[in-house]
Amino acid sequence: MEDMNQPSKYAIETRGLNIFYGDFQAVKDISLQFERNRITAIIGPSGCGKSTVLRAFNRMNDFVPSAHATGEVLYHDQNINHPSVDAVQLRRLIGMVFQKPNPFPKSIYDNIAWGAKMNGFRGNTDDLVEETLRQAALWDEVKDNLKKSALALSGGQQQRLCIARALAVRPEIILMDEPCSALDPIATLKIEDLMRELSQNYTIIIVTHNMQQAARASDYTAFFTMDTDRSGIMVEYNETSLIFTKPKDQRTEDYITGRFG
Amino acid sequence: MENTARITGKRTATAWKKPVSYNLQKKTRPTEAIIQAFLLFCGVVSILTTLGIVLELGKEAWLFFGDPEISVISFLTGTEWQPKIGKFGVLPLLNSTLITSVIAIVVALPLGIATAMFLSEYASPKMRSILKPILEVLAGVPTVVYGYFALTFMTPLLRGIFGSQNVDVYNMASAGLVMGIMILPLISSMSEDALSAVPRSLREAAYGLGATRLETALQVVLPAALSGIIAAFIIGVSRAVGETMIVAIAAGSGPNFTFNPFNAAETMTGYIARISGGDLSYNTPDYNSIFAIGLLLFLVTFGLNILSRAISRRFREVYE
Repeated sequence: MEDMNQPSKYAIETRGLNIFYGDFQAVKDISLQFERNRITAIIGPSGCGKSTVLRAFNRMNDFVPSAHATGEVLYHDQNINHPSVDAVQLRRLIGMVFQKPNPFPKSIYDNIAWGAKMNGFRGNTDDLVEETLRQAALWDEVKDNLKKSALALSGGQQQRLCIARALAVRPEIILMDEPCSALDPIATLKIEDLMRELSQNYTIIIVTHNMQQAARASDYTAFFTMDTDRSGIMVEYNETSLIFTKPKDQRTEDYITGRFG
Repeated sequence: MENTARITGKRTATAWKKPVSYNLQKKTRPTEAIIQAFLLFCGVVSILTTLGIVLELGKEAWLFFGDPEISVISFLTGTEWQPKIGKFGVLPLLNSTLITSVIAIVVALPLGIATAMFLSEYASPKMRSILKPILEVLAGVPTVVYGYFALTFMTPLLRGIFGSQNVDVYNMASAGLVMGIMILPLISSMSEDALSAVPRSLREAAYGLGATRLETALQVVLPAALSGIIAAFIIGVSRAVGETMIVAIAAGSGPNFTFNPFNAAETMTGYIARISGGDLSYNTPDYNSIFAIGLLLFLVTFGLNILSRAISRRFREVYE
């Protein structure tokens, strides 16, 4: 935020990002810088475009036929909005964890191995699976059942498996789209601990409805809300501790104190 | 009045059909019972119909096998079907049925799955809205039309390609290919349903890992839809095995034990259609033989159904 002349300082950065669904402008003029190896939370009321922005970072909006974006999303000095960018390659570098755990209907082992092999992994798959499951704090729970179907796991375990699956392709950034909204509080805490652990090596961007989660788990927080024309706008972006103790904008204060949203 | 009701939280006699009752004794609800009985009746009718068909087939087949000159073994293993001289070996008919069905499946399965894959994974909504109705029209063509299509279009085409000295006027290849076209919409639409039923979240998971469209379609969506696709395959095979009109018109009307698809050879269904429409008297072995063949046909499709259930259960164990 301080020094705009060093783009490589940031893991990813948006400049004047606008996203449209057909004629409707879903988000307006978002400029945000995400620090490397930090957890950045995007919070805000429903429909303010948090997930839309997150999905712009790995071009998942490509699958929504009416969606298009203007402005820049800079990653390694390239604007990934540009049509010449290979979205498949991009998604190998920027992984994603979704709102509802969505493991493949394959074994636990194959859930991890599939993405890695597809990405050209030629090493020892057993080691990769173990290492990745350990990283995702799931190894001890599943090590005796690696051949069992991933669908037999509990929701929290499934979500950690999805995180492990994303880690297995060795991404640089992990996008998390409300990863705990379908989980109970204990499973949620486990995921938050895991995020903290992972942030040593990965940049994590998390969209969450849950303000306590943002306060607990993130280093930076961006607060989004809806403009009068229902487009999402970014109101405030700062260190999490400052956002939650000394919000500069009245709208942020209203939201975090529960007066709105 | 309304206000009072809201405040007291009680049902008022004017607005509610019955005042509140604390009698928790079981009541008889006649409409529920009638509907339940009706639904049961519908279920029983279809079961009884099936049973009736099997019994009738069995009874008539029993008459056929009751003939001292005919044994089940010689029926199942004989390679000659010449009722005039008392030779009732079903293999020529069975063989022809299998060859036409295999040709049909070889055409319909890859094309059907590829079409389904295109429709569910690649086609834009507009493309889909054009293609699906066309496929459905294909499914609505009467089989007799397909039969003449085989005879007047496919057969000349085959004769043109492979030489008329190699391809009979009536031949199994022509009937099989056209039968494949007939079951194509069935397989593609059932497969498309199965593929479309795979949750979007699974595709997103694959794309999110950097999978291409093809990798996602082949390695994630297809395996997840496999049990539905196997069901489509089995229903397609059953349709092909049981199809009558196309083979009766285009495959030939004389039993012939041959593995050359360009030869004429009558299928089981073709034979049944010819005999049952003919002038044979009842209770002759010739006539009764069609019931034995019908029973065998039934067993073949029944076996396929059992097989499909076993296969899909097997995969379900792996995938769920």
